[in-house]
Amino acid sequence: MAKVLMNGNSAIGEAAIRAGCQCYFGYPITPQNELTEYMATHLSRKKGCTFIQAESEISAINMVYGASLAGVRAMTSSSSPGISLKQEGISYLAACELPAVIVNMTRGGPGLGSISAAQSDYFQATRGGGHGDYRTIVLAPSSVQELADLTYKAFDLSDKYRVPLVILGDGMLGQMIEPVEFSYEAPKELIIRNNALRGAKGRTSRIVKTFTSNPATVEEINWSLFRRYQLIKQEEVAWDTFMVEDAQLIVVAFGIAARIAKGAIKSARIEGMKVGMLRPITLWPFPAEKVREVANRTNYFLVFEMNMGQMIEDVQLALEGAGEVSFYGRTGGVIPTPNEVLRVISRLYYQKGLK
Amino acid sequence: MKKIYTRPKSLKRTPFHYCPGCGHSITHKIMTELIDEMNLQDKTIGIPPPGCSVFAYNYFDIDMAESAHGRGAAVATGLKRAYPEAIVFTYQGDGDLAAIGTAETIHAANRGENITAIFINNAVYGMTGGQMAPTTLLSQKTTTTPYGRDDKIEGYPIKMSEILALVKGSAYIERVAVNSPANIIKAKKAIRKAFQVQIDCLGFSMVEILSPCPTNWKMSPVESWKWIDEVMVKEFPLGVIKDITGKKDAG
Repeated sequence: MAKVLMNGNSAIGEAAIRAGCQCYFGYPITPQNELTEYMATHLSRKKGCTFIQAESEISAINMVYGASLAGVRAMTSSSSPGISLKQEGISYLAACELPAVIVNMTRGGPGLGSISAAQSDYFQATRGGGHGDYRTIVLAPSSVQELADLTYKAFDLSDKYRVPLVILGDGMLGQMIEPVEFSYEAPKELIIRNNALRGAKGRTSRIVKTFTSNPATVEEINWSLFRRYQLIKQEEVAWDTFMVEDAQLIVVAFGIAARIAKGAIKSARIEGMKVGMLRPITLWPFPAEKVREVANRTNYFLVFEMNMGQMIEDVQLALEGAGEVSFYGRTGGVIPTPNEVLRVISRLYYQKGLK
Repeated sequence: MKKIYTRPKSLKRTPFHYCPGCGHSITHKIMTELIDEMNLQDKTIGIPPPGCSVFAYNYFDIDMAESAHGRGAAVATGLKRAYPEAIVFTYQGDGDLAAIGTAETIHAANRGENITAIFINNAVYGMTGGQMAPTTLLSQKTTTTPYGRDDKIEGYPIKMSEILALVKGSAYIERVAVNSPANIIKAKKAIRKAFQVQIDCLGFSMVEILSPCPTNWKMSPVESWKWIDEVMVKEFPLGVIKDITGKKDAG
C-alpha cells in the first residue's frame, strides 16, 4: 500500500482494524477524539465488529474486559484523566490474564490539566497504574508511522503474554499529520481465541476470576504473573539509538520528546558536539541493559522528558551510579522546541568539559 | 422408580457457603433448573459480582467471569457484543447494581443490550457486614445507619426497576421475591421470561429479587421471610413493571 497522510490518532485506528481489532469502546476526551471517531466511522459497520461510545471510561474498559473474555481483540483509548478512571479495569485485566490494548494520548496533568501534549503519565503506565502488584507492557511511539507499527505489535504482544498493554503516546503525536504506510495483516487464527468464554460446549465450564478466600492462592497468582513479567523483560525490550557510537553525551528521551531531541542533536552535531540519543521504545520493560552498555562509552547522560522527571528514575536505576545523569523537562502541556533543548545540551556539554 | 426430583445438572455438587435462610441459594437453584430446562448450559455465561455471591462460580456449572464492583452490565455488554450467540446474565446485588454500578446499568438498559440482569435486593450490603444499601428502607437499622435510615441524611430507598422501566431500551422488568414456595415459583417464571426475552433479542431484561438476609437483618429465616411480606414489599411492590412482549405469562 502506498503512503497516505494521516493524523496519529486515526493511524492507530486504521492499524488496529488491520490488526483484527473487533471491538472498540471509548469515551470522548481531547486530544484523542480522532481515534474514537475513526472507529465510529470505520469499525462500527464492519461485519462482526462493535463500536460503542460508552457512558464513561470505566464502562469502556470493562466492555474491553468483556470482549476480551469472549476471545476477540479489543481496545480502548483515552487521555490522562480518562486513563486514571480506567485503572480499576486494567488491574482486573492484569489479574485475569486478559489481553487488551489501551491507548493513552497523554495530556498535561495533574487534575484536568491541559489538553496539550505531555508525558507525565510515565509512572502510572510503567508501574502498573491500578491496585495490586502487576505490570503492563508499555510502548512509546515517536512518529505516526511508529504509532501504526506499534499498534500491530501491541495486539500481538498482548495476546502472546495475556497481559494488558498500554500505548503511551501524547496529544501532539495524536494530532500531527504525517505520511504513513500500512503493511500488516493479522494472523488468520488469533491465539486470544484459545481461552475464550463462549459457553461450556464440549468441555468443562471455565471460570475467570481472581478472588479467593485463600491468600496463598492469590500469592500464587502474583508469582505466576511475576514469572511472565520476567520472561517479557528477557524477550521484549525494544529501543532505538541515534548517533551513539562516538557520543560523549547521551540524551535519553522517549516518544515525542525523542523527536524534539533528535532535532536538537542534529544541530549540536553541526556545532561539533558529539551527542547521541537512546530512545526506549518499550518503557516497560525498560531497556536498562542498553543504558548500561552505552554507559561504557560515556559517563554523561541527559534525560529529557515532557514531565517533571519520571523516566529519569529508571535511567538512574539502570546506571546504578555508573553515570552522571542530568535532567531537563517541560510539563503541563508545554512543548519545548529543539532550540531550547539544544541550549541545554550546549550548556551541559561545556560545563562538563566535553570535546 | 421414577425420579421426580434431582439436583439440576447445571448446579455443581458443592455445598453452598451461604448463611441459612439466604436468598442466594434459592435463586441459584431456580436459575440452574431453568438453564437445564431451557437447554442453555453450553451457551450461558454468568457475570457474578463482588460480594457474597462472588462465589456463584463455585455453584453454577457454566462459564463465568468475575466482574469489578458495579461493572457487570458493562462487562456483559462487551462479552455479548463480541459473541452474540451467548446467553449472558449478570448477577448483582443492590450495592452493585443500584449504587456503584448505576451508570453502567442504566446505559446498558438504554442501549437495549441483549443481556439479563438478576438483581438481588436484600436492602443491605451482605458480605461487608450489613452496611446501608441504596435500597435500605427508611428507619431500617444497619451498621452505617445505626439509628435507622433517615431520608434527610441518607435519602430514600432507590427503585431501580421503576427507573429502568422508563428507559426505552429495556424490554422486560419484573420484581419478585424468594420468600415462599408460591413466590419462588413466580420468581422462576420471571427469570425464564427474562432469558426468553434475551433469546428473542428484544432488549434488556431484569428480574429484581427481594431476597432475605437473615444474618444482617438479625432475624431468623422465618422472620426474614415475614419481613419481606410485611415490610419490604410495601416499598418494593411485586409484579411485572415493564413488558414489551405483549405476552402476559411466558412461564
